[in-house]
Amino acid sequence: MGMTMTQKILASHAKLESVRAGQLIMADLDMVLGNDITAPVAINEFAKFGKKTVFDKDKVALVPDHFSPNKDIKAAQQCKALRTFAKDHEITNYFDVGQMGIEHALLPEKGLVGAGDLVIGADSHTCTYGALGAFSTGVGSTDMACGMATGQAWFKVPSAIKFNLSGSFNEYVSGKDLILHIIGMIGVDGALYQSMEFAGEGVKNLTIDDRFTVANMAIEAGAKNGIFPVDEITLEYLSAHCPRKPVIYEADADAEYERVIDIDLSTIKSTVSFPHLPSNTRTIDNVGEVKIDQVVIGSCTNGHISDLRQAAAILKGKQVAPWVRVLIFPATQKIWKQAMGEGLFDIFVDSGCAVSTPTCGPCLGGHMGILAEGERSVSTTNRNFVGRMGHVKSEVYLASPSVAAASAVTGYITDPAKVMEV
Amino acid sequence: MKAKGTVFRYGDNVDTDVIIPARYLNTSNHKELAQHCMEDIDADFIKQVKEGDIMVADKNFGCGSSREHAPIAIKESGISCVIAKTFARIFYRNAINIGLPILECPSAVEGIKAGDVVSVDFSSGTITNETTGTVFKSEPFPPFMQDLIACGGLAGYIAKKGEQA
Repeated sequence: MGMTMTQKILASHAKLESVRAGQLIMADLDMVLGNDITAPVAINEFAKFGKKTVFDKDKVALVPDHFSPNKDIKAAQQCKALRTFAKDHEITNYFDVGQMGIEHALLPEKGLVGAGDLVIGADSHTCTYGALGAFSTGVGSTDMACGMATGQAWFKVPSAIKFNLSGSFNEYVSGKDLILHIIGMIGVDGALYQSMEFAGEGVKNLTIDDRFTVANMAIEAGAKNGIFPVDEITLEYLSAHCPRKPVIYEADADAEYERVIDIDLSTIKSTVSFPHLPSNTRTIDNVGEVKIDQVVIGSCTNGHISDLRQAAAILKGKQVAPWVRVLIFPATQKIWKQAMGEGLFDIFVDSGCAVSTPTCGPCLGGHMGILAEGERSVSTTNRNFVGRMGHVKSEVYLASPSVAAASAVTGYITDPAKVMEV
Repeated sequence: MKAKGTVFRYGDNVDTDVIIPARYLNTSNHKELAQHCMEDIDADFIKQVKEGDIMVADKNFGCGSSREHAPIAIKESGISCVIAKTFARIFYRNAINIGLPILECPSAVEGIKAGDVVSVDFSSGTITNETTGTVFKSEPFPPFMQDLIACGGLAGYIAKKGEQA
């Protein structure tokens, strides 16, 4: 029996010839990640092991990105705990404000994740690195602490769903619409405990940023990981960012999948997830009249340069609706500088948007864009659970950067094509 | 290893944002976290929960974020066990790792209502609805898992093993 791409990466890191779905393995880790919310808990657990230091100071990454720049005194204490631990243990990959970015955009950009790697992170969106042909998955703080101490973690080898992609997107449609479409189809537990493996000739029509977005939201279907094959687009990204030689794994021709789902990218429409589940999707022609108060463009899901370019293309020369607050969060310092260099900030600010330093802030209702009772936000983030972005009676509508930008202009959830034809 | 208590009953897809809203994650103090447990879907929970009570839910309990604060808040609130049809995978791992016993048992979930008194025997995997007298069978907890729970979680378990070695 052949192995899936995920199973091959797990087998190699467990030093096994082969693995099968359901098998429990102990595997070596290439990177262990934590942030200012999860790492303080991990640091407390780490102290219980009586270990003098981490297994490899180059293979731990600590990024204060959630409540940073420090939102209040308690958050400042948490970030300080992270900073102190990083200093005491001489952690190479600690990125504070000024160097910092949203972790899942930052690690690939810094070349800390490469093809064929095995990465755990105490953040559910750690699955993002599947875009680069790595196995990466979210864990809790205790697993992070064990990973920092030993350089290993145990895994149950997942079975997989294969998404066979063909064709290419229509105008204004992007990776976000694809993954929302998939979550709407299979549900928030549609891939529970499984891998989502993307394949087919349509993959080549997805940019690396599209792939980051798609892999990022695999967790919203309950998946253990989402993963893309390594192709020329991946190799081009890696050669520009990661000094290590990529290790390329391919699924066997006779690999077994629980399901195979064929998707023609040209049939995907702009898609919006209505409150309060990412699976509660509607295509843009079925959204009805939804008046909004806020738009958020950014996050680990959609804070990449191509996301900002898509938003700017819609906003250029237009004004945001007078009742809408628009907040833009480039995901990293590098993306921020690039966006500024390309003149995107002029477009955003001239149209009435605010541009922020990188932070996860509003996505999880932390800071920098909290919603009041009854308010609605269109957001390029990844979750729209009850109270996710603020008041328990506020609402989050998940969408692509193009839909978010078009909605900012009209003040209602809007098809980008309609804004552009005026 | 046993648990017995009154049931708090929830539906599908109870996510980590409602178990412990992110606005309270600026601390890792267990008692502070517990004060806000379930606040956004059941504001009365923390006022009513008693030591030993049991949480029962439908499918995909604990979906969303990897925050270990979610099982920590539930455990610290006094809940002795969570029974669900299925758990989201990160929550499952986190709950065991911090020493919160959880059981997947769809038939028990179907046969338990809010306010029922339920007892659980982890070594045999028996779940008994004391209110209705119905008995359900789940997977027993292997001895190492009972030991891990008794140590308060994986870190305590590893520390204990280290001392014994």
